[in-house]
Amino acid sequence: MNKKFLPLYVTSSLFVLLFLVGSVQFENFGTLRVFMNLFTDNAFLIIAAIGMTFVILSGGIDLSVGSTIALSGVIISVLLRDYGWHPIPAFAFVLVLGTLFGAAMGAIIHFYQLQPFIVTLAGMFFARGLSSVVSEESVPITHMFYDNVAMFGFELPGGAWLGSSTIIALVVLGLAIWLANFTRFGGRVYGIGGDAQSAALMGVPIARTTISVYALSSFFAALSGIVFSFYTFSGYSLAAVGVELDAIAAVVIGGTLLTGGYGYVVGTLFGVLIMGVVQTYISFDGTLSSWWTKIVIGLLLFVFIALQRYLVRRGTKA
Amino acid sequence: MSTDDTVLALRGVVKTFPGVKALNGVDFTLRKGEIHALLGENGAGKSTLIKVMTGVYRRNGGIIALDGTEIHPANTGDAQDLGISTVYQEVNLLPNLTVAQNVFLEREPKRFGIIDWRRMNREARELLLGYDLDIDVTAPLNSYSVAVQQLIAIARGVSMSAKVLILDEPTASLDAEEVASLFNIMRDLRDRGIGIVFVTHFLDQVYAVCDRITILRNGTLVGEYEAATLSQQDLVSHMLGKELEKAVHEKVGQAEAQTRETLFELNQGSSDVLEPLDISVCAGQVVGLAGLLGSGRTELCKLVFGVDELSQGDAKLNNQSIRFSNTRQAVVAGLGLCPEDRKKDGILGPMSIRENMIMALQNKRGWWRYIPMKKQRELAEHYVKVLKIATSDIEKPINQLSGGNQQKVILARWLAAEPKLMLLDEPTRGIDVGAHAEIIQLIRKLCDDGLGLLVASSELEELVEFADKVVVMRDRRKVAELSGSDISQQTIMQAIAGQS
Repeated sequence: MNKKFLPLYVTSSLFVLLFLVGSVQFENFGTLRVFMNLFTDNAFLIIAAIGMTFVILSGGIDLSVGSTIALSGVIISVLLRDYGWHPIPAFAFVLVLGTLFGAAMGAIIHFYQLQPFIVTLAGMFFARGLSSVVSEESVPITHMFYDNVAMFGFELPGGAWLGSSTIIALVVLGLAIWLANFTRFGGRVYGIGGDAQSAALMGVPIARTTISVYALSSFFAALSGIVFSFYTFSGYSLAAVGVELDAIAAVVIGGTLLTGGYGYVVGTLFGVLIMGVVQTYISFDGTLSSWWTKIVIGLLLFVFIALQRYLVRRGTKA
Repeated sequence: MSTDDTVLALRGVVKTFPGVKALNGVDFTLRKGEIHALLGENGAGKSTLIKVMTGVYRRNGGIIALDGTEIHPANTGDAQDLGISTVYQEVNLLPNLTVAQNVFLEREPKRFGIIDWRRMNREARELLLGYDLDIDVTAPLNSYSVAVQQLIAIARGVSMSAKVLILDEPTASLDAEEVASLFNIMRDLRDRGIGIVFVTHFLDQVYAVCDRITILRNGTLVGEYEAATLSQQDLVSHMLGKELEKAVHEKVGQAEAQTRETLFELNQGSSDVLEPLDISVCAGQVVGLAGLLGSGRTELCKLVFGVDELSQGDAKLNNQSIRFSNTRQAVVAGLGLCPEDRKKDGILGPMSIRENMIMALQNKRGWWRYIPMKKQRELAEHYVKVLKIATSDIEKPINQLSGGNQQKVILARWLAAEPKLMLLDEPTRGIDVGAHAEIIQLIRKLCDDGLGLLVASSELEELVEFADKVVVMRDRRKVAELSGSDISQQTIMQAIAGQS
């Protein structure tokens, strides 16, 4: 079929393959329950990685994601404990704050023509530092609404669970696919990732698009922070360290080219699921150190980057 | 200020960059239903004028009026919305998007708020069929050749041009047939009342399609002329501001050529992409390589220079068998190549003129024998003077120079390395008339100095002017070899077309 979907086929087949290997080796692995748990455990990562996908598609990078997750968790927990806010306005507050934070980074990147790497690295330190300033200690969340949301969900056959986190992640996925492939904004993001100069000459509003992309990524990071707080029931300034790198890995394993312009949001979902299934495999095995997850992810990254290089070479030759 | 049929009027437009006045009070009038050539040397201000019209730059003074109302486009999107669309010299499309997306970017058809892919693909296909392009519009743009991409860019520009279409050297990568069909489309648009601005450095194309001509020089307006009443000679002298001198080159005849020693020889040499062929170059001889785009000219240069490896046959330099597996060996053996794609393969953009110049010599000496800075400066100053490179400073990044001056720096790079055989692949491409003449004179002078030259060019006139021998390529094989008085545009054309 279509050559441009090839990385997507590779990623999705790899996921299926890994899942099958686990199912053959372990009893109870190949169940809907384990499959759904992949979503539950990684919902926050799926959301953050989807935001990252847009950034990478546009040829940028966002290192502030993990810190933003921690910051939004800390702010929510402090607003709830010390200021007696209801969670809903607290959520709205961190989502707006996150969006503005991302928009500011995007604006700095665009108007000062700075490397996204440096700007978002600064953003990462800033958000991490700010969360420690707000509260150095882990702040527990105790609110009825939280219990209700965290418990909300649907029972599926075989004891599987479709929880609120998963539902949010799937809604985000649908929204992201719509944005990326069925709106003018999506075309602009791909266009800027392909060749920013040409895109500008074709009438693409570079400033608006760049700012939107980083705003979107930070919005999703803040949302990811909310979802993250659903299972930790706390806000902690040192939470989610390195999640930005997991997100980048998921995007790349999902078949998106790190230089921008090529890739699909769905691929990122599979990227996260592959990482999740490796982790599940290792916990089923029981004898392996959980650090093996990192080693396998590292190897997969190499393989995927090599594959992309090969496809790009072949693509330009044809 | 403007008559009824004026669509776009520029009055006293000024554009300054730090230290430079790129446009100094330029007037330009485009009427409805005309093809208007905008001509001038590089640095005359054509590109700046176009960028001011299309909103890439903001003017510092003067008036631009579209249909009698003053406009201030802030970016290309604005200009497009106003009805001014542009096709740029280099394909400025997005390689990663599909053909259809490229055609419809920023004006995608929508249905219920989402992009209607089916309609977009259908309409793109129909549009391109009008250009005899029967291609898969859902494939990414970069799966097609540069010529096809250029046609797609034109199709996009044309389909958007509500009022004004600006074509900035659109024909650079098109073959004769495609140029002809482009001209038909342009005439058709003109008849529909669209004003077309046509920038080109092919003067015969100007006369083929244009109604009127505006000439710029050094950022000022020289004048506006009717194409029918301006002779080519006058046109060139208006552009240059001086009479063009035409020196006649003494061609090395066949008899004489036999007495000279052969410098380079290729016997039945072939690479993966070329059919086996013979070619020989004597010292002090200019051998021209003619042929259409994709005929194998560039591939032959690459083969000789060791970019592509010889798959069979043999090559001799000074009667010694040579076989290069990399280009450094070629440089050390005394070869030099000015590549076709100057921007991509020739210059090292952000590096200085000096650094660009010493590159080949340093490479030849080996990196452990560093050329002293004093020597580097002397060399650079010397060549800047000899080749009349227009720059204030040898430490200026090369990408700040005009195309013609960049090409001279590349030539200097090789001359500094004292080669025996120079390969020039399209040395005058995208270079204005003035620098063009200088580069041709330089080529002649080089061969008088005993250098062997192999020059690939798509400009027949130029080949006839300086080549002692012309090798004609077609479909990746050598189809003819003309020498001495047999060389004329007519004979080369016949050989390319396959008539003997």
